[in-house]
Amino acid sequence: MEMPTPDAAIIARKARLVAKLRTALPTAAVIDDPHETCAYECDALTAYKCAPMAVTLPASTEEVSTILRICHEEGVPVVPRGSGTSLAGGALPTADSVVLGVMRMAEVLEVDYDNRLIRVQTGRTNLSVTGAVEEDGFFYAPDPSSQLACAIAGNIAMNSGGAHCLKYGVTTNNLLGVTMVMMDGEVVEIGGGYMDAGGLDLLGVICGSEGQLGVVTEATLRILPKPEGARPVLMGFDDNAVAGACVSDIIKAGVLPVAIEFMDRPCIEATEAFAHAGYPMCEALLIVEVEGSDAEIDHQLALIKEIAQRHNPVELRESTSAEESAAIWLGRKSAFGAMGQINDYMCLDGTIPVTELPMVLRRIGEMSEDYGLRVGNVFHAGDGNMHPLILFDANKPGDLEKCEAFGADILRLCVEAGGCLTGEHGVGIEKRDLMHEQYTQTDLEAQLAVKDVFDPAWLLNPAKVFPLDVTEERRGRSGRVAA
Amino acid sequence: MSAIGVTSEAKLAEAIRDADGPLSVQGGNTRGMAGRGAALSVAGLSGIRLYEPGALTLVAQAGTPLSEIEEALAAEGQRLAFEPMDHRALLGSSGTPTIGGVFAANVSGPRRLSVGAARDFLLGVRFVDGAGRIVKNGGRVMKNVTGYDLVKLMAGACGSLGVLTEVSLKVLPVPETSATLCLAGLDDHAAVKAMAQAMSSPFEVTGAAHDPAKRQTLLRLEGFAPSVRYRLDRLRDLLASTGADMHILEHDDTEAAWRRQRDVTAFADRTGDVWRVHCRPTEAPEIAKRAAAEAHLFDWAGGLVWLRMAPGTDLRTRLGKYDGHATLVRADAATRAAFPQEQPASPGVERLRAGLRAQFDPRGNLTGEQAGRP
Repeated sequence: MEMPTPDAAIIARKARLVAKLRTALPTAAVIDDPHETCAYECDALTAYKCAPMAVTLPASTEEVSTILRICHEEGVPVVPRGSGTSLAGGALPTADSVVLGVMRMAEVLEVDYDNRLIRVQTGRTNLSVTGAVEEDGFFYAPDPSSQLACAIAGNIAMNSGGAHCLKYGVTTNNLLGVTMVMMDGEVVEIGGGYMDAGGLDLLGVICGSEGQLGVVTEATLRILPKPEGARPVLMGFDDNAVAGACVSDIIKAGVLPVAIEFMDRPCIEATEAFAHAGYPMCEALLIVEVEGSDAEIDHQLALIKEIAQRHNPVELRESTSAEESAAIWLGRKSAFGAMGQINDYMCLDGTIPVTELPMVLRRIGEMSEDYGLRVGNVFHAGDGNMHPLILFDANKPGDLEKCEAFGADILRLCVEAGGCLTGEHGVGIEKRDLMHEQYTQTDLEAQLAVKDVFDPAWLLNPAKVFPLDVTEERRGRSGRVAA
Repeated sequence: MSAIGVTSEAKLAEAIRDADGPLSVQGGNTRGMAGRGAALSVAGLSGIRLYEPGALTLVAQAGTPLSEIEEALAAEGQRLAFEPMDHRALLGSSGTPTIGGVFAANVSGPRRLSVGAARDFLLGVRFVDGAGRIVKNGGRVMKNVTGYDLVKLMAGACGSLGVLTEVSLKVLPVPETSATLCLAGLDDHAAVKAMAQAMSSPFEVTGAAHDPAKRQTLLRLEGFAPSVRYRLDRLRDLLASTGADMHILEHDDTEAAWRRQRDVTAFADRTGDVWRVHCRPTEAPEIAKRAAAEAHLFDWAGGLVWLRMAPGTDLRTRLGKYDGHATLVRADAATRAAFPQEQPASPGVERLRAGLRAQFDPRGNLTGEQAGRP
């Protein structure tokens, strides 16, 4: 993965920049010692690393505004960062950039149960948003796997999803309003404690813009009352296509589970060896979870089991207790760890129409043999979001490149099947150069036009999302600003 | 003036490129979106392109009649869950509502409260921008974060950034049955409190509305029959403390009651301006008080307040400061000239909106001169 050559003229102005930041901000908010900035050299896409010129850790919207205004004056690129859990390199710095981390801004600003909303600073972690309201019977629905660590800021930047978004939607469906600081330091409020922000849907385009349009410092989020209960059923099939058909039939029958998770044989085998969840050895395993009172759950699970029976499952196991539910989820939740025990892995995130599942899995299997790299598939089957995990050896020369090429082929396949490059992780640097597969030059230009409006100097996270050749001229503007 | 019609995306792009002045682009022309300018109809861009019930997705050309889509969905036991309102009765318009119009105006109904707005169900778009460029964004899968979400930007833009030619959407199954718990006799404050209690319960209320004229509060439940029955009982227990008389509307009456709520039929045959106010649900009684309207209705548990006002009333001044915004839905030409349709935003937000319009419609032919376009 190529990153643009750092601008030497910007790096040469580092001392002036740091002095300006130090004058305007508390001491602890500015870091430029190379021993300390290296802690921010990468996110969860650890194959790529680059320490920034400086790191800023503001404690308020006003401080964020100050930092952005100074960087704007100095023509310095800014890389916004939540908790640094991006799998796509969304928070990867460049050597001529300033990282702006919001993790010190983690306050709950308002809880309003009657209107079912919470307002938080965006450095707050996803799980601790639920933590702030769960004693009163509420929760925040989007649940990315990294929810213990990931920040709401990053969730908004990437429009994060999770296993339960089949029923509750992704971040954009649960975001009511934001306070956002523009690159020139101006603070804007969009939306609020009400439904539908009104006018052109700026909130909709900000969510998922990967930190390229502004820095969101506060967010109003929808919270929901917790369901009375939830219980899964586990089913195994000896054919991927049959499992796929079963998912379709469940959906068509009018049952709307909160989650339908799918694992294929390589993933089941790895998971069993690691977590001993007692999964059946078969080609495809589904975990379907429903919510409600005990009687409602029984009713829905009976319907689901009836549908599953028509597809001749090799295993059908309904949970009857909290312990059994935990056992069913154990393997799925340790799938990534299990694959990691075997080797290094790269986690992909394409989405396909669920009807294309059998074809896509067959082709991935064929590619796996061609590349000589193993792959396991975990899949949010209800919404078609795939997570193929490709195993490779980071210490073996050429293996990472081979793995990336394999990954790119899988994502091309997703697009060919009528799907997309990324369902919930974001483009970052990882899928940046594949954007042409999904979009024409005109399609991309329409997106660039949005950034031109929000960040005319192209200073916010500039080397992400779009192929470098497409943005080269625009990124060139940044270095010239203060030269 | 009869509209010039196009039957293909390429022809539409050509017509927009060749336009030498403002265009008034229309589908069914039922929602009052048509601006000043040469009428250009996209009703000819019609037809369902793809429908996969097992994947809960449908792709259609923007001019496809809404009724055609609803029939196709009904045949598979599915529906548009966001319950788009039909504006014809309220606005006195005739014509055939199109699926493109639904999304261009981001039209949702009572169920918006629980499942989200039209924009939350729009998965992908094709559109022609004001310069005649054909653009695609999103796709036909339910989770997609590939690049910027121009899909959301197009939803509710009322065609001011581009003309939709094709939409991909998420559909949902029609539940087995529905029922409504009716509470009688509550005033605005008590009704909003009861609705908040219901919405904060785990009983999955999919509609919460209040009509002060009838002193009637409606709470809708949908799902499998035993589940609806169970939740009706629990909800009744939960709301016993309100002291309201309660009765139940069964399925057919429920469907009819919520169709009236959706289409605001209570205001349809009465004259006057009609406004909609989006606010924090618990602030609805205060909004109603400040507005001192001829009539008001609460939907979305109070988060949406419909107001019928004497013609020409400056509602926004009456309301003063609150967390929300007011949209002018129905008024005569003089009132429309006096008040922008959409609530003006802060200077920073207005600058961003103007910047986007300038990028997507550089000649201003789609935005037109009409004040108040979003």
